[in-house]
Amino acid sequence: MTGKGIRIEGLRKRYGSGDTAVDALKGVDMQVAPGEVIGLVGPSGSGKSTLLKCLGAVIEPSGGRMILGDEVIYDDGWKVNDLRALRRDKIGFIFQAPYLIPFLDVTDNVALLPMLAGIPNAEARSRAVELFKSLDVEHRAKAMPSQLSGGEQQRVAIARGLVNRPPVILADEPTAPLDSERALAVIRILNDMARKLETAIIVVTHDEKIIPTFKRIYHIRDGVTYEEAGEGRGVE
Amino acid sequence: MISLAGRDIMHAWGKFVFTGVGLGLLIGITLSMAGIYRGMVDDAKVLLDNSGADLWVVQKDTLGPYAESSSIYDDTWRSIRSMPGVARAANVTYLTMQVRQGERDVRAMVTGIMADEPGAPGWPPYLVAGRQITRGHYEAVADLASGFKLGDRLQIRRNHYTVVGLTRRMVSSGGDPMVFIPLKDAQEAQFLKDNDAIRQQRRRTAENPAFNRPQVPDLLAAIIASQSINPYVNAVLVQIDSGHAAEKVAASIRRWKRLTVYTRAQMEAILIGKLIATSARQIAMFLVILSIVSAAIVAFIIYTLTLGKIREIAVLKLIGTKNRTIIGLIMQQSIALGLIGFVVGKITATLLMAPIFPKYVLLEPMDSIIGFIAVVVICILASIIAIHAVLKVDPAEAIGG
Repeated sequence: MTGKGIRIEGLRKRYGSGDTAVDALKGVDMQVAPGEVIGLVGPSGSGKSTLLKCLGAVIEPSGGRMILGDEVIYDDGWKVNDLRALRRDKIGFIFQAPYLIPFLDVTDNVALLPMLAGIPNAEARSRAVELFKSLDVEHRAKAMPSQLSGGEQQRVAIARGLVNRPPVILADEPTAPLDSERALAVIRILNDMARKLETAIIVVTHDEKIIPTFKRIYHIRDGVTYEEAGEGRGVE
Repeated sequence: MISLAGRDIMHAWGKFVFTGVGLGLLIGITLSMAGIYRGMVDDAKVLLDNSGADLWVVQKDTLGPYAESSSIYDDTWRSIRSMPGVARAANVTYLTMQVRQGERDVRAMVTGIMADEPGAPGWPPYLVAGRQITRGHYEAVADLASGFKLGDRLQIRRNHYTVVGLTRRMVSSGGDPMVFIPLKDAQEAQFLKDNDAIRQQRRRTAENPAFNRPQVPDLLAAIIASQSINPYVNAVLVQIDSGHAAEKVAASIRRWKRLTVYTRAQMEAILIGKLIATSARQIAMFLVILSIVSAAIVAFIIYTLTLGKIREIAVLKLIGTKNRTIIGLIMQQSIALGLIGFVVGKITATLLMAPIFPKYVLLEPMDSIIGFIAVVVICILASIIAIHAVLKVDPAEAIGG
C-alpha cells in the first residue's frame, strides 16, 4: 500500500498492571487501503472501542506499530508530537450519534475543522458547501442542527469527518440510530466518498443490515482480529 | 476563526441574558452599598463645607460637636473673635430630634444660628427658595429632604416655627436634614423643661436652706432665674482671616482659651474615622460578602453551562480543538455574563435603587470603574472551576463504549 490508507501491526493495549491488568488488544493486525471501506465487528467487550481509540490517537497503545499513509505514527511509542493536530488533519471521525455542535449552523459545524487547521473562514466554508452537494444536504447549509432530521444530521457528521480530506476515517456505529433505508444510504455515501477522496474507512458496527455490504470484514474477539472476506454486496 | 463563545451565547441568548439580569441585580446592590458609603462620607464633608467654618472650638477634651456632646459658654465667641487671625466667630448649637409638623414628624438636626448675615459661620450658604432667618425667634430654614415647604408650621418642643426658607444638601453626618432656627430658640430647646418639671425644680430650690436664706432675700430669686436660662452652646465656629494659617490660630485658641480646637482636616478625620467608621466597616463587610456571593453565582452558572456541553467539548477535543480555544470559549462567556451583569447592575443602581434609598447614594465614576474591573476579575476567577472541569474531559468520551 502506498500513499494513503492505514496499516497496524501487532497492536497491543493493556489496562492496569500486575494481577489486575487486562489485555484489551493482544496484537491486532489490520490493513485498509485507500478508497476501501471495511467492517470491524465484534461482540460487546471484544476490544472494538479500544482499537478505535488507539487508531484515533485518543489513547496510547502498549505496543505495536501504526502507519498512516507513509508515516509511522506509532512504534512502541508515539512518533508524532502533536496528537491533536494528527487527529484534526489526518483522521476523520464519525460517531454513533452525529454530535453536531448545537450552537453552530450546519456549515460552520463542518467548516470548523479546517478553520481550526488555520484555513481562512471563506475557504473552509466553501469546502463544506462542496461536500454538502455530494451528500445532498446543500439546501440545509444554513440550518441549525436541531432543525435537521436524523439522516440529515448523520450526513452532516459525515461531511465533518471528510472535510479535512484525511487519509483515514473512523466510523463508530454510524448507522445505529437509523432505519434500514437510511443506514444503507449512509454506507453508500461512505463508499462513494472513500472512492472519490481515496480515503480508508473503518466502520465499527454490529448492524446486521450493513455487514453484508462490506467486501472485507475484521472480526475482533478477546482482543484479537480475524480477517474475513465479506459478502461485498455493496449498496445499490 | 469563528467565535464559539459568541455563537453559543446567541444560540441561547434568552437564558444567557436572563441569567445576566439576575446577576446584574446582585451587582446593582453591591454598587448601591458602595454608593451608600460614599454618600455617608459626602454627607460628612457637606456638613463641614456648609458650616462655613475653618475651625471648630469645642469643650476641652471632647470630640464635639458632631461626634460627642460639647458645651461651652455662649459668650466665649466674643473673646475668640478678638484673637489675631480670626475673621468671624459664631455660636452654634446642634440637636438631633423629631420635628413635628401637624400629624407627622421628621427626624432632623436642629441647628441654632446666631443673628448675623448670610455667609456667617453656621448659616446655610445658599437657599433654593424663600429667605434667610431675619427675626430673633420662631423662624426656620429647612432642608428640602425634610419634606417641609415654605410657610409650613413646625413644632420644636413647645414652640412653633414658620418655614421661611428652603435649602438643599444640608444634612447631618447621619443623613438627617437640617432645620435652622435662631440661636436663642435653639438654646432654649436644648434645655427647656415642661411646666411641672420647672415647678418641681423651683420647689426643690426653695426648700434648700442654702439657697433660701432669710437674711439674703434676693438669693432664691437669683438662683431660680439662673436655672431658667441656658448660657451654653455646643461650639464656636471660626472663620480665619486670609493670610493666617488655621493651625496657628487653633494653637493660639487652645493656649489662651483652654478649649479644644479642630481644623477642617481634623474634623473630617473625626467624622469619617470615628463617627461613620462602624457603618463604613459594616458596608465594607457587605461588599465583601456580596462580591463572594456574586463570584459563587457566576462560578455556578458557568460551571452548569459548561457541564451541559461536556459531550460537545469532548467532540471538539477529539477533532483537534486546542485547549486554549475551549478555555477561551468558557472565559469569554463568563466575562460576557459579567458585562451584562455590570451594565444591568449599573443601570439598576443608578436609576432604580439610588432614588428610592432614604440615604444619599453617591455613585462615583471611579467606583464604577473599580466595580467593572472587579466584576471582570471575579468572572475570570469564577470560570476557573469550569475550565478545570473542561480540561479533565477525555476526548475518548465522544467515542462510544
